Amino acid sequence: MSLPERLLQSLWPFRLEKRTEPSSVMRLASPLIAATAMALTGLVVFLILGKDPMTACQVFFLKPLSTTYDLGELALKATPLMLCALGLALGFRANVWNIGAEGQLTLGAIAGSGIALFWGEALGAFALPVMMVAGALGGMAWAAIPAFLRTRFHTNEILVSLMLVYIAQQLLGYLVHGPWRDPDGNNFPQSKVFVENAVLPMLVEGTRVTAAFIVGLLLAVASWVFSTRSFAGYRMLVAGLAPQAAAYAGFSEKRNIWLALLIGGGMAGLAGISEVAGPIGLLQPVVSPGYGFAAIIVAFVGRLHPFGIVLASLLMSLLYLGGEAAQIDLQLPSSITGLFQGSLLFYLLAADLFITFRLRRIRRESRAVAGVAS
Amino acid sequence: MTKDVALPPRLQLRGITKRYPTVVANDRIDLTVGVGEIHALLGENGAGKSTLMKIVYGVTRPDEGLIVWEGKAVAIASPAEARKLGIGMVFQHFSLFETLTVAENIALAMDEKIKPALLAPRIREVSEKYGLPVDPDRLIHSMSVGERQRVEIVRCLLQSPRLLIMDEPTSVLTPQAVLKLFETLRRLASEGVSILYISHKLDEIRALCDTATVLRGGRLSGTAVPRDESNASLARLMVGSDLTACQLLPREPGEIELELTNLSLTTRDPFGTRLKDLNLRIRAGEIVGIAGVSGNGQKELLAALSGETLVGEINRSHAGMIRICGQPAGLLNPAQRRGLGLGFVPEERLGRGAVPAMTLAENALLTAASGGSSTGMVRHGMVQQQAARAFAKATIEQFKVKCGGEASVASSLSGGNLQKFIVGRETRLKPKVMVVAQPTWGVDVGAALLIRQALIDLRDQGVALLVISEELDELFMICDRIAVINQGRLSPTLPSAELSIEQIGVLMSASHADESRHAEHADVAA
Ligand SMILES: Nc1ncnc2c1ncn2[C@@H]1O[C@H](COP(=O)(O)OP(=O)(O)OP(=O)(O)O)[C@@H](O)[C@H]1O
Ligand SMILES: [Mg+2]
Repeated sequence: MSLPERLLQSLWPFRLEKRTEPSSVMRLASPLIAATAMALTGLVVFLILGKDPMTACQVFFLKPLSTTYDLGELALKATPLMLCALGLALGFRANVWNIGAEGQLTLGAIAGSGIALFWGEALGAFALPVMMVAGALGGMAWAAIPAFLRTRFHTNEILVSLMLVYIAQQLLGYLVHGPWRDPDGNNFPQSKVFVENAVLPMLVEGTRVTAAFIVGLLLAVASWVFSTRSFAGYRMLVAGLAPQAAAYAGFSEKRNIWLALLIGGGMAGLAGISEVAGPIGLLQPVVSPGYGFAAIIVAFVGRLHPFGIVLASLLMSLLYLGGEAAQIDLQLPSSITGLFQGSLLFYLLAADLFITFRLRRIRRESRAVAGVAS
Repeated sequence: MTKDVALPPRLQLRGITKRYPTVVANDRIDLTVGVGEIHALLGENGAGKSTLMKIVYGVTRPDEGLIVWEGKAVAIASPAEARKLGIGMVFQHFSLFETLTVAENIALAMDEKIKPALLAPRIREVSEKYGLPVDPDRLIHSMSVGERQRVEIVRCLLQSPRLLIMDEPTSVLTPQAVLKLFETLRRLASEGVSILYISHKLDEIRALCDTATVLRGGRLSGTAVPRDESNASLARLMVGSDLTACQLLPREPGEIELELTNLSLTTRDPFGTRLKDLNLRIRAGEIVGIAGVSGNGQKELLAALSGETLVGEINRSHAGMIRICGQPAGLLNPAQRRGLGLGFVPEERLGRGAVPAMTLAENALLTAASGGSSTGMVRHGMVQQQAARAFAKATIEQFKVKCGGEASVASSLSGGNLQKFIVGRETRLKPKVMVVAQPTWGVDVGAALLIRQALIDLRDQGVALLVISEELDELFMICDRIAVINQGRLSPTLPSAELSIEQIGVLMSASHADESRHAEHADVAA
């Protein structure tokens, strides 16, 4: 053993060791550990910035939960996160890595808005359902590009779906700056305000939460039924757990990729249209503060399980709201939300290591530690 | 063999107990291995052999008991500690990284850090010295199970252990390779290395081992000197009762159910074997065996038969090179072929034949959902869990699979028991054509008999069976006709009654200088 190694060992007499079996306790505890570690890190950051940590925490974590309106906001912001994460999780479990939910969300917003802007009045009571379908189809179409390229040319869906995010955002920018811009809007880059029948109704008086939240919860149940009860869900699970067994059973790899991406894209598209037809009410250059990316974190914090994802999306929504409150009350920069999100993912990945590994004390060199094997 | 009386035994186990939720895998086991002794560990599938060895190697912690290593009581907390003591182990289910080369894999497994490039000459040296040919630069995914096992053995030998544990090392080696390995092991023993040897092949144990410890149902059932025992008496110690042999009664075969016509297949894999002009006809009610050294095209042939590799993708007229029940099947995927009546038992059970992390009930769904006979496990796209559980349960009962029930995960089963489950699952789907690779690899004598009998029963019910195995004894036991695969070519089949082991040996090692003759006379006996 070299000197630095020996030094290191005396300072840190532990070693990572693979567990014989993955720990199911750790699997559930890991998101909780990560959330706690994130909160502690936040505390330290507040201290460094010269804020009183107690008030800061109160502002960040409790204020967003204090009134009915605030709770409505919590559910409102959790909705797109939940929708995106549910779709992504199905794909992740099937070994398909769609990173571009943000782009699919944008396309969903564009497609649904197109219906609202051009046929909103004509469709009457059918406007909203048609917009929802169009939104989902828009997201699917965008996700179909990485699916086609992967199945046809073996391209990597991570890269393709990610790059398509930026193309989607450019497309949105072009539309609201150009052809879809409201002619009476004082040159602001935004579309006309949607007609009333093309806007999602409020769920609770005095809040902004819409029916999309209920849709999200129903889809969580549907996604749970799909992955635990349907044969299609079973096939995707096998593809993720043991690709060779899927090939042996004759489950088509292509179908798996298509299905995973289309579901993910469709759900993200739905999230997009729910945003513009809900709290926003028109199309503007930015329709999402990165919900599609944050949803990746939500999916993993929720352990890729539909019900876990519902809880995780509420937590992530709290981070958005807390970040906003911190900006207003504490004059902290808006990047505080990103800091919390990032540290949450960071701690989660670190804690996840201990699902399959554990720390063990390195014992002294002398092997004479005779003992009964415990 | 030199045994110094003054030396303490290399390894002593006292009262080792290991409990799992559903079973006591080891129940107060005592065992002593002397210096330079080759010690056999015998027992049925699930008797607890692998568990005991994993305890010695520090993979699993015992609940009770004492491990004494060279006279000192030790607690072995991890494989790294075991290796430091001088213990090496070749696992039953090995874990190699598919996308890495042999040298890279071995470098990863070593405790010291050595560059793969520097390791390569040492690998060559050891593999030559012990007659285990291994190319350090080859990628693992292109290797057959037999070749992968060689890598594992070489990896162990590189660390010059003083106790070598081998969990069924020969189950996928060729007869010649086994003889070579035995020479190696005897030499190691004479150099003072102790060897713990697990195998279900009683002949081997009688030829190789000095002493044997027999486990039954997790308990010590006895010790013996294998040389003084017969196969039957050893089997009695393991099973607790006498075994009957399986019978192959003559039978008139029916229609042709599986047909290969001039099957040729190139491979994208640089280390794969090209299939050249294979011809074979198998009729209902007969078992045809294919013998051969692993790596001669078995893997490619099996993939082409199962549908994991399609035949005729470029030239559609080639789709008829494979016919299942009269239908051209080259372009059908595995599920569609199963729909035609194909049953298939692959060589790798964990990860291919079964999903390790899923329960047996879920694993029943893997093929049963698309199987030939309607099993009612999927209705309107929804999984009928009741039906899947019932199917798994019936399979477990019929094939005497030892496990905690249909809710236990596949990876918790012992190797032989998982094999029984997979064979059982495919059998219960009532196939018309059944392709089986290494049917009794790692399966105990009693279970092997059960599986062979199940295959013969299928034959007697009019199923056409193709069995690919490296065990010649087994092929002679259950096959009506036998062919040999060598360098991607298939010899004509001959009735097994007219064949001798020597003849097959010649065919297996023949080089194809006289290629054209083989092709012309292909399948004359069919
Ligand atoms: N991790 C585990 N969890 C639960 N049960 C286990 C686990 N590992 C082994 N077992 C059970 O312990 C028993 C002994 O298994 P073991 O693998 O030691 O058998 P074996 O003698 O090696 O059999 P084989 O010849 O089939 O390899 C079996 O009943 C098996 O199902
Ligand atoms: Mg075993």
